Amino acid sequence: MYKIVCKKELNPSVTYMEIEAPFVARKAKAGQFIIFRIDERGERVPLTIAGYDREKGTVSIIFQKVGLSTNMLGQMNEGDYIQDFVGPLGKPTEVEGMKRVCVVGGGVGCAIAYPSAKAFKEAGVEVDVIVGFRNKDIVILEDEFKAASDNLYLMTDDGSYGEKGFVTVKLQELLEAGNQYDEVLAIGPIPMMKFVAKTTEPFGVKTIVSLNPIMVDGTGMCGGCRVTVGGEVKFACVDGPDFDGHKVDFAELMSRNGVYRDREAETNKTHMCRLEKLGQDLIK
Amino acid sequence: MANMTLTKTPMPEQDPNVRNHNFKEVALGYTAEMAVEEAKRCLKCKKPKCVEGCPVNIHIPEFIAKVAEGDFQAAYEIVTSTNALPALSGRVCPQETQCESKCVRGVKGEPVAIGRLERFVADWYRENVNAMPEKPQSNGIKVAVVGSGPAGLTCAAELAKKGYDVTIFEALHTAGGVLVYGIPEFRLPKAIVANEVRKLQAMGVTVMTDMVIGKVLSIDELFEEMGFKAVFVGSGAGLPMFMHIPGEALRGVYSANEYLTRVNLMKAYEDASDTPIIVSKAVAVVGGGNVAMDAARCAKRLGAETVYIVYRRGEAEMPARLEEQHHAKEEGIIFKTLTNPTEILGDEDGRVKGMTCIEMELGEPDASGRRRPIPVEGSEFVLDVDTVIMSLGTSPNPLIRSTTPGLEVNRKGCLVVNENHMTTRDQVYAGGDAVTGAATVILAMGAGKEAAAAIDQAMQAK
Repeated sequence: MYKIVCKKELNPSVTYMEIEAPFVARKAKAGQFIIFRIDERGERVPLTIAGYDREKGTVSIIFQKVGLSTNMLGQMNEGDYIQDFVGPLGKPTEVEGMKRVCVVGGGVGCAIAYPSAKAFKEAGVEVDVIVGFRNKDIVILEDEFKAASDNLYLMTDDGSYGEKGFVTVKLQELLEAGNQYDEVLAIGPIPMMKFVAKTTEPFGVKTIVSLNPIMVDGTGMCGGCRVTVGGEVKFACVDGPDFDGHKVDFAELMSRNGVYRDREAETNKTHMCRLEKLGQDLIK
Repeated sequence: MANMTLTKTPMPEQDPNVRNHNFKEVALGYTAEMAVEEAKRCLKCKKPKCVEGCPVNIHIPEFIAKVAEGDFQAAYEIVTSTNALPALSGRVCPQETQCESKCVRGVKGEPVAIGRLERFVADWYRENVNAMPEKPQSNGIKVAVVGSGPAGLTCAAELAKKGYDVTIFEALHTAGGVLVYGIPEFRLPKAIVANEVRKLQAMGVTVMTDMVIGKVLSIDELFEEMGFKAVFVGSGAGLPMFMHIPGEALRGVYSANEYLTRVNLMKAYEDASDTPIIVSKAVAVVGGGNVAMDAARCAKRLGAETVYIVYRRGEAEMPARLEEQHHAKEEGIIFKTLTNPTEILGDEDGRVKGMTCIEMELGEPDASGRRRPIPVEGSEFVLDVDTVIMSLGTSPNPLIRSTTPGLEVNRKGCLVVNENHMTTRDQVYAGGDAVTGAATVILAMGAGKEAAAAIDQAMQAK
């Protein structure tokens, strides 16, 4: 069992938690992920690591309450325990040998972009960060990104905060202005990553994307997380989750991630009773 | 007086048309009377060939003699003196190619049902005694076992018996490896696996779940930081193989590993489980091994109306056990042999709507000694399915070899070991599918047992 030692609501749908998991905390690196399972009935859900404290033995996660398990996790509080917390899985983001990079984060994907930006910064790399949100109300980690970047560009779709426009608008602008990057790292919704890769392609800038396909075991056994990269089958859990954005088949990934969407909508309805029960149990 | 009946005492089974709608165990096991009757078929050969056919050398005639006498406790003790996990091997061993294939009664008629008797003895003990073993006197030497499948469990049991301080590291949330994620409940009830794990714990074995060795701890760290003196790697088979035909990324294409994991480990067939699985009408399972049979029979139980086994060679060449093929057919699985998929077809939403196949014929024998399947030109047809499960085998998991310097692997990525099951790293041993590639539970158990003996020898020599 793994204890929730800290919980903060970052915005109405995004939650920050620190989980006591000393073995994971010892080894965790930016770009890697964990798999959690709420209870004996729970599914195995992958989440990218948002941070870690090796001395305290804690690992932090930031998640959007979208499905059954993330909603249930969001209902839990400091002092509660979750059944399983496995990691660190996947390969870390490569930070060696870079001089200047641009990290692009979209929405809750910023939670994952942040530790990578921080890792680059700590490795002495010059970091530009572009983060995008739908509107002002859901902006997260602004101060953290400021500390982890040389230049921070904050975008909102509706212009209610920062500059108006998508992250790709700013990225295009920076590239056209002649900014040279060894790498662009994009983490966010699949369409965003796809368009970031399209934006950088004409400039010939190496672009890495962090993929989040459906997974079961996460250890290189089930093959559910297979993605096509440059025409080859790759497994995100052991070969990734970072891949060359110019080679990823995004349409396929998007389609595969929708496999259980119909069922999920239905489950969310029928499982509300379970959520309520869990809530009551926690109050007790 | 020996029972000279030519056929095995039949074992009761659930009716095929009942069991293909539930996940309860198919074979119900012998009653005490049936067991005694079958045991009396054994001729107590002076030079028992059956023992030679057993990878863990169970004293077969001796335990069967005790069954015939009705002394089931003594029979259990004889079995477990050489086999730590009889309830498992009695169920999933391919006895027809091992012990039973050597039985003299098989020359004229059917061999003695050694597997069924082994199962009976183990079940009798669990249901009537189930005493947890005593914790042996500790010798204080720490040994790490990576993976809790049949190889790891056996190795741990053998070492614990000798007093070693054993810790099993399991990557998943439940111990048992392929016994819990792969083999379905209806062939091997998970409560039986859990009972075996509890017995190990009673012997002082520590089981740590959620520990992915190679990630959370490296093999080197097990030695240097955790104080282990030897490591046994039984990490099992790895990533599923695909055919590299168009359409394998469509929604509704699973690897057998994923399908079985969702069903067996995650219990997707129970309403209470949060893990989703596609509800299929018609399923094609591609492959002819035991795993393919398991996947097909799970699909049927989950409610699929039509389930095909699609296999490129003939039925005679199928690697699955005859008993599994037979059970699958009884349950209504349709065998499409000499058939090979060429493309999986999708609808506009990217969901599987069919699979194009081509008929095959058998040519000259290939490297495997089996006749090579050759496509029959112009014989393509479309199989009307909405789910495809690829059951083509696996390639070894890269996590340990890629994080352990000096660990040699062969061309296929399997760990290289010597005759003592030691890898190219000192005091790192390995066995099971991680070494052999996909094989049987009993071979893995045999390797785990032999490796334990080698580890003991090495530790004693120090």
